[in-house]
Amino acid sequence: MARRLSFQQAINEALDQEMARDENVILIGEDVAGGQGTEGDMDAWGGVLGVTKGLYAKYGDRVMDTPISESAFIGAAIGAATAGLRPVVELMFNDFLGVCFDQIFNQAAKFRYMFGGKVETPVVIRTMIGSGFRAAAQHSQSLYSIFTHIPGLKCVVPATPYDAKGLLIEAIRDNDPVVFFEHKKLYPLEGEVPEELYTVPFGEAEIVREGEDVTIITLAEMVHESLKAAELLAQDGVECEVIDLRTTSPLDQETLLDSVAVTGRVVVVDEANPRCSMATDISALIAQHAFGALKAPIQMVTAPHTPVPFADNLEDLYKPNAENIVSAVRKVLEYQSWEATASKN
Amino acid sequence: MGSDGIQKLTMPKWGLSMTHGKVIEWLVPEGAEILAGTEVIEVETEKITGAVEAQFDGTLRRHVVSAGQDVPIGGLLAITADLSVSDEQIDRFVEDFLPGSATDESAPAELVSEYAEVEGRRIRYLKQGQGGRPAVLIHGFAGSLDNWLFNHAPLAKQRSVYALDLPGHGQSSKDVGEGSLEMLIGTLHDWLQVLELPPVHLVGHSLGGAVALGMALQYPDRVLSCTLIASAALGPEIDVDYIEGVVEAHRRKQLKPWLERLFADPKRVTRQLVDDLLKFKRLDGVREALGRIAENFIVNGVQAVIFRSQLDQLRPPTQVIWGGQDQIIPPSHAVGLPDLVVVEKLEDCGHMLQMEAAREVNQLVLSFLEKAD
Repeated sequence: MARRLSFQQAINEALDQEMARDENVILIGEDVAGGQGTEGDMDAWGGVLGVTKGLYAKYGDRVMDTPISESAFIGAAIGAATAGLRPVVELMFNDFLGVCFDQIFNQAAKFRYMFGGKVETPVVIRTMIGSGFRAAAQHSQSLYSIFTHIPGLKCVVPATPYDAKGLLIEAIRDNDPVVFFEHKKLYPLEGEVPEELYTVPFGEAEIVREGEDVTIITLAEMVHESLKAAELLAQDGVECEVIDLRTTSPLDQETLLDSVAVTGRVVVVDEANPRCSMATDISALIAQHAFGALKAPIQMVTAPHTPVPFADNLEDLYKPNAENIVSAVRKVLEYQSWEATASKN
Repeated sequence: MGSDGIQKLTMPKWGLSMTHGKVIEWLVPEGAEILAGTEVIEVETEKITGAVEAQFDGTLRRHVVSAGQDVPIGGLLAITADLSVSDEQIDRFVEDFLPGSATDESAPAELVSEYAEVEGRRIRYLKQGQGGRPAVLIHGFAGSLDNWLFNHAPLAKQRSVYALDLPGHGQSSKDVGEGSLEMLIGTLHDWLQVLELPPVHLVGHSLGGAVALGMALQYPDRVLSCTLIASAALGPEIDVDYIEGVVEAHRRKQLKPWLERLFADPKRVTRQLVDDLLKFKRLDGVREALGRIAENFIVNGVQAVIFRSQLDQLRPPTQVIWGGQDQIIPPSHAVGLPDLVVVEKLEDCGHMLQMEAAREVNQLVLSFLEKAD
């Protein structure tokens, strides 16, 4: 398994191989062909950042450019899914969620439930997340917690090329609506990816580093910042367990709680805004189910409660980094209960 | 060989993906006399922990690295030299040493696996060593050529040694047809033809032992000798729960306890070992392939194919090696074999003894192949 692909290439390959395997798989979205009706590859953009490059030349009309009308084409994809196709529809930036939220949360997410299990909606909504791209407040958010809130949606947030391919294939083959979040800063990240098709199951968090002192729970690009922090801390003899959620819905509660039972110390790292977020959700879950194991209050490392700034220096400050994570880990390690503090005085 | 009677011990490359190893502990102190084959230092890779053996006889003069240190493959671990060599000469040698440079003739070569088209299937294999009478290593159920990471290079010092991925396994095609042992034997036979290899020594582990044995019975002219390690097809009993568990498990937590059954010491099972098998199992077609092979291989809770009664007619010299703590196929299958079959038992090992007791297994195989050449 020595072959290496970028995160972006891994997504492209998953789409390509699934389209080759199953003719019901189609792509819909703004610029996914990036020049429908042209002679082919040379003229077709293949998505705003080139993720679907080459697929129009290979699959022709199964790759459909749409007008800038998310409510229409997301709705069309959802309808096509109920009628037997397996559309992968691209909501270019998850920030555009607002204009098609009814289609997603009140239609796609509810069909199976509302129609007594008689309707399946095998649609995948691919969408970009993440700050650090100098793309300002309307193209830089990480809104997975909003989708995770909705029962009936599955939410996938990969952090590596291997997981991106395997989770996207799993998403395409899943019979429920799946929202697939791609952090745009991860697109160039390279890693080992098998040439063959494979699936990574939903609801299984990945322990990307083992440790017994502190549990760092995180997702998407923050997995890599957390690993950097864990490296730095290891130099001082602090061993962090870093857990990549991979999917926020379903959520692998068991892996998190098992780890906390060993470490008793938790830092949740989430690049999204701090209120009603994955960070608060995970923290609540641990407080509720593993209170007895905790040796210190749970720390959250998140962005502040502001829009993503456009100024470079402010955006850099906005985004959590390894340094912030190291401080949070030190805080949970150095914590002393009020009894301990009181007995000293 | 080093200059001025100085011999060096460097970080080996175990398996295709190893790039560095972490020093766990020294097994031999400075100043000790060692022989080629002495286990000198314990090293941990992402996959597994193993011991690096001395290549030469001599006095272990210098530990160049210390516990906890990460060393790239080819990096200097220790110096062996006569007492006539001064400490200053050793200092100079250590200072001048650059892995992969002209002073380092032992830097391990980059390993690249190859593929052959065999009857419509893509078969991956890895070749190490040159010349001599070739040997072929055949892994067991749900294994791959990576199972030989501690054996492949040591066995390939005097001859070319091939390891292959059977159909349905590793990076070979996942199409196994009916999944019969006949198909596996046929593929091995055809693969040897495609590579135009002369008669070969076969070394098979577990299911791979059954494949080797079947090959030796059907095509005795193509086989120089058989080494059967914890082999299938020598008796009815087998841990059916293990086979079913490995076929069905698709999550880390489900898989790990089964892998722990493979070793006498369950701590041998690292995260990476579980991960590698999990990644293999997630490939399209693997579940079906393993399921088919298992169905053919085990019927009504016992092994369906048993060659024991035919061992009398087996022409190539045969050696059987078993771990006394094997939980998958009982070591009793090594008892009561015809006199011509050489039987070796390693009391403290489990089913994966070529990993667990790599040094002993390598020595047994090397001396047996030499005699059978």
